[in-house]
Parts: sequence; C-alpha cells; structure tokens
Amino acid sequence: MNLEYSAAEKSFREEIRTFIQQNLPGEVAAKVLEHKRLSREDIIGWHRILHRRGWSGPTWPKEFGGPGWTAVEQHIFDEECTAAGAPPVIAFGVRMVAPVIMKYGSAAQQQFYLPRILSGDHWWCQGYSEPGSGSDLASLKTTAVRRGDSYVVNGQKTWNTLGHFADWMFCLARTSSEGRSQEGISFLLIDMKSKGISVRPIALIDGEYEVNEVWLDDVEVPVAQRVGEENKGWTYAKYLLTHERVNIARLGESKRELRSLKAIAARVSNDGRPLIEDSRFRDAIAAVEIELRALEYTVLGVLSAEAAGRDPGAISSALKISGSEIQQTLSELKMRALGPRALPHVPEALDFGWQGDPAGAEWWAALSGRYFNMRKTSIYSGSNEIQRNIISHRLLGL
Amino acid sequence: MQFEFDEEQLSLQESVRRFLSERYDFETRRGCLAKPFGSSDAIWQAFAEQGFLSIGLPEAHGGIGGATELMLTMEEIGRALVLEPYLSTVALCAPLIADHGSEDQRAELLPRVAAGGLKLALAHGEAEARYASTVRTEARRAGDSFVLNGAKTTVPDGAVADLLLVSAKTDIGLAVFLVDPKASGVRLVRYRTQDGRSAADVFFKDVKLPASTALGQLHDPRDATDALERAVQRGIAALCAEAVGAMEATNSTTIEYTKSRKQFGQPIGRFQVLQHRMADMFVQATQARSMSILATGRCAASGGSKESDSALRRRDVSAAKCYVGKAARFVGQQAVQLHGGMGMADELAVSHYFKRLTMIDMTFGDSTHHLAAVSDAILHESRT
Repeated sequence: MNLEYSAAEKSFREEIRTFIQQNLPGEVAAKVLEHKRLSREDIIGWHRILHRRGWSGPTWPKEFGGPGWTAVEQHIFDEECTAAGAPPVIAFGVRMVAPVIMKYGSAAQQQFYLPRILSGDHWWCQGYSEPGSGSDLASLKTTAVRRGDSYVVNGQKTWNTLGHFADWMFCLARTSSEGRSQEGISFLLIDMKSKGISVRPIALIDGEYEVNEVWLDDVEVPVAQRVGEENKGWTYAKYLLTHERVNIARLGESKRELRSLKAIAARVSNDGRPLIEDSRFRDAIAAVEIELRALEYTVLGVLSAEAAGRDPGAISSALKISGSEIQQTLSELKMRALGPRALPHVPEALDFGWQGDPAGAEWWAALSGRYFNMRKTSIYSGSNEIQRNIISHRLLGL
Repeated sequence: MQFEFDEEQLSLQESVRRFLSERYDFETRRGCLAKPFGSSDAIWQAFAEQGFLSIGLPEAHGGIGGATELMLTMEEIGRALVLEPYLSTVALCAPLIADHGSEDQRAELLPRVAAGGLKLALAHGEAEARYASTVRTEARRAGDSFVLNGAKTTVPDGAVADLLLVSAKTDIGLAVFLVDPKASGVRLVRYRTQDGRSAADVFFKDVKLPASTALGQLHDPRDATDALERAVQRGIAALCAEAVGAMEATNSTTIEYTKSRKQFGQPIGRFQVLQHRMADMFVQATQARSMSILATGRCAASGGSKESDSALRRRDVSAAKCYVGKAARFVGQQAVQLHGGMGMADELAVSHYFKRLTMIDMTFGDSTHHLAAVSDAILHESRT
C-alpha cells in the first residue's frame, strides 16, 4: 500500500500541466472557472488543440489513436485539465459512443467514425430518454422499421444535451415488440442533418440553453449505421453505462469547485470580515471537504484495483451518489456565500467580459443559476434512486 | 499510487479472522463480558502465541509487519468486537515506546508486550481538556526523581493495564512516564464502559518517579509533544480500522436479518425503503474504509518531519476520524432501526456493534471535534 504517486506519475502530471499552461487559451479557462457561457468553438477549439498533441481521446487505447494511458494517468489528466479550467471533453463522442463502436462496431464503422471523433469533426449527442421513458428506459417507443437497406425512424427523444451543436446522434430505437422490452432495441448512429430531424430547445430552470427535444419524423437511417446486431442495442447501451466507472464521480471538477468556494468565502465580506472567518459557514466547507476526501480516496482505490486487474464491480453507483451530492453541496455553498447577492438574475453577465451593473456581477452572477442547474446531477445518468437499486440488487444481494 | 494489499498481508488478515471466528465467537465474547473488566487472560495469551501482539513492533524486538498489517488486524478486532486492550497496547502504547523510548526501555518492554506479559494503557486525556490535548498533570523534578501530581480521565483499558504511560508537564516540556498502577500515591477508579470494555480514572498524589521511568533518555526526557501527537494519530487510525470492521459486520448482519425477517407476507429486505437505507449504509462503510486507509497511510509516512507533512497528516487524520465517526453513528443507528424491536435487544450482536461504533466516535475526538480541526486548517490556509 502506498498513497503517493510514483515518480513517473508525477512527471506525467508535470508534462500535462506544462502543456495546458502553454496551450489553453486564457479566455476559455476564465469562462470555465467562472461558469460563463461557452461557445461551440470554445469547446471544439480546445479539443483540436488536444488532438494535435494526440490527447483528444484520453481514455482511448493506442490501437484506435488514443494515448493508451493507464487509469491513473487518465485520472491525472482529468484532474489537471479540470483544475486549469479546460472545457470538458466532449463526452458523448469520446467517452460514450466511441467505446461502443470500438467493442461492437464493424471495421468500416471504426474506420469512419473514430478518427472523426478524435479530430472533432463529429460532435455527438445522445438519443436515449423519451418523454415516457426516463428511469424505465427500456420502455422506449421510438421505432425503427426496416425498409430495404434502411430503417425508417419515428419518435421523440428528450433531454438531448447540446444536440444543437451535434453532427451525429447515437440513438436507441425499437426494432421489435416481441419478448421483453429490453430485447427489441437497436443501437443506431444517425446523421443530425438527415431529413426529418428537428431539434427544439427545452427552457431550463436556470434560463440557459443546454438540452433539447429531438423529433424524428420518417428519418431514413442506412442499416450500415446500426451498431452490432439488430435487437441487441440494450446490451450495448448497458456496456456504455458501465464502461467508465470513475468519471461519474466528477472528482477533478469538485476539487476545483472546493478551491473556488474557499476563494469566494475569503473574498465575500461578512459585516466587514471575510466570510471564511465565520466558523458556522467554514464548518460547512470543512464538511464537504471531508466528504470529497472520502470520495477521492475511494476513487483512487478503484483505480488501483483496476490497475491490479481486479474488477471493482458496481462500485460506480456509490461514486455517482457521493459525487453528485458533493457537486450539489459545493454549488449550494457557493450560492449561499453570496448572501443577498444570490437573488439578482443577470443573464447578460454570463457572457464573458461583461461589466455592467450591478457592479461585480461578472463574478457572482452565475452562481445561483449553477446551483439550480446542479440539481440535475442526482437525476441524470441513472438517478441516485436507481443507483441505490443497483447497489442493493448487485452488491448487497437484496 | 497503490492501494492493493499483498498476498502476505491478506493472508495475515485472513488468519486473524479465522482465529477470531473460531476462538472468539459471539457467545465466547458474551462469556468474556461477564468477567470483571471484559478481558480474558486465555485469549490474550492466545493472541501472543499467534503473533498478533507483535504486529507493528520494530523488527529488532521481534515485531512483524507494519502499519498496514496493524490496520488489517484492527479491522478484524472490530468485526469480532474484541474486548481485549489490543488497541491500547499494540496500536497506541507499544509504538509510542518504540518511537520515543530509550533503547533500554524498548528492549525491556517491547518483548514483554509481544509475549503477552504486559498490557499497556495511555493516560493522556484530562477531564477539563475534554478532547483537547492540554495537559495539567505535572511532574516536578526533585533531585534525580520526579514527583507526579494530577489526574487522568477515562483512560481506555486503564482498568486492565499492567503499566500506564502517563503524560505530564515537566520543566523541559511534556514528558511521558511509565507508571505502575500499583505504585504508592496512584489511585485508580476502574469501571466498565458502554461498549462492554473498561476504563479508569487515574489520580496521582505525590507519586515518586525515578528519572528512568521517563520515556526517552535517562535523566533527560525529551519533549514528547510531537511523539504524543503521533501516537494519538496512530490510535485514531487504528480506531478507524476497527470501526470499518465493525461497520462491515453490522451491514452484513443487517442484510441477513432483513432477508429472513418476514412481515406483510414477505422478507422486509424486499422493501425499497429499506434497500435504499442499506445502500446508503454500504456507501458510507465503503468510503469509511478509504478514509481508514488514508489515515493509516499518512501515519505510516510520518517520517517526514517537514511542517507541511505534519499539517497534512493532522488534517487527513482529522478528516478520517470525522468521516468514520459520522459513518459509524449512521450505520449503527440505522442497523438498530432496521432490526426493529430486536435491535433493542441485548441478545443479538447488532446492539453490541452499535454501542462499540458509538463509543469509537466518542474516543480521541468525536466527529464534531475533528470537523472543527479541519475547519481551523481551512482558516489557517486562507491566511497564508
């Protein structure tokens, strides 16, 4: 047992840090750190910078053009990028659909899609949830009917994140109504420029634009764009969900947000003294710091087990629960640190460089909206209640 | 970065677990509970024969393994709810002697610990200090000797110890004295504790101590402030590991109970509201183990003498004790709740686990005390 990073891991961290310092545009970092609006170009621009260095698929093996990093190296990379304020990896392509294509896709699909995910030419989004199918995803009703060499897809997808930026969507559609609902689903790759697709924004709690409804009206999808076998899509979707165990913990992001919370508590005046000197508020910071420490060392333990070739099992459900609760607590404390300044809603201040009235809003205006937005973390990717079901069924044998 | 345990370490843990399940099952323990202070000489001798009392001692004095082996053993001590003064003797006092004692003291005392002939207790805490480390007990120099006056409160395992390690102020700072509980001027009030173990309040009235009883160099005891802090931190790490073993056992027994207990025509473990509670208990126990590993790792790395090392160790040990203390309380309370009326009964193990888990939180600083320690570190950090 050794809690220290090895010399090689330390120098790896140094290499990543230096690269980020030299290449991450300052304005993009400032937007990320202050939770300002990011453009598609901000995110793709950073992705292309990483691509030139060979790092745009940090989780990818070498055979598909990734750097072939160990789980610990991936973790270090994520920590350094997040800490510096780099835009997040475009997860739906790099982390979600890519592993499915690598494992279940045809050679032709691998050759076509994977390089374009790495280069940033294809932005991917996800077509899973439907208005009537959330936690019970397998009840989905979008249909794909075979007609010659194509499927004709009809239905409605929802909670589609950044679909308005996307070039492609991986989509679950029903190809059979026989047997169990899980058995009639296929995994389709759909060009977002296809005729019959319409993307409509969903107004969110914080007033920002992040997710969409996607309507599919007689959309033709070539059979060659189906991954794996017909009616086996549920297996592939589950593989996607379990592929990444630790990213769900959002460890790097929460470490960054904890530092930011402390900086805000030191900056905000509480009747003439820094708020951080108020022990009641500071104890709340200490409590979340301790929760985060427990999460961090649990994540490191999982990475270590994976490195030793042990399968840590359904532990990712525990990481999801703790990680999301910590994200929510941090965003809540950042808002609460503002006191009465939590009330103003100044959407203009979310654009970088804005310096209007009320004075100072450029640094605090995003925090209440982010608090509201972060409530999503215990709902998406399998709600925390679903995660507790998974733990009790798979780990506790109940 | 490597959290895995090697084969030898895992087989040691397995052998401790097997020994305790064979020789210290719940009914045997019940027999020990009926003894005056819960401790059994036969069990202690068996521990010695198995080598359990040598774990973590310096190799030169017959020791085997190190901090990791001790942690894994403490998990088993917790799982079996062992009443013996194992933590006080092996995890707390022996390492303090190894760390701060003179060569002669080590050579004299540590082999006796390993052989089962010497049970130790650390008499450090005082009533007015509550969880703080303030020491008012005083040892005044008188020629070649010291004269000890003061009182120590709720000394864990003090009722069964053969020798007390007593912290006291001296003219050169804090020192630790080896005090025979039967010495003239020493009065012990021995009592049972809520978890079936024992403790003592110890009063010192003009106790004459030769300079050789001071831990460290003869006639010149070194200031023991740092050594005592490290000792308590190791004790906290050991308590965390004990709590982890006890929480895992508590969770297992709760899961089994809810699978067998039927109400409304089905096992109550089928009810989602109970499943989710047990999922939360599992998550906290899992993360508590990560914190226990962190605390042990930090204490084991205490060779680093830089101020930043000791600040990090202090902060992480407090973070661990806070997290584990809270988790222990939650797991214990919910286990009793899920056992329903049977959770209130002395008959089942769950009430005994709950009491031990509660008292672990209350020992060496509860979760509130250690939360404040982390909070103070945050304030200090913001000013630098």
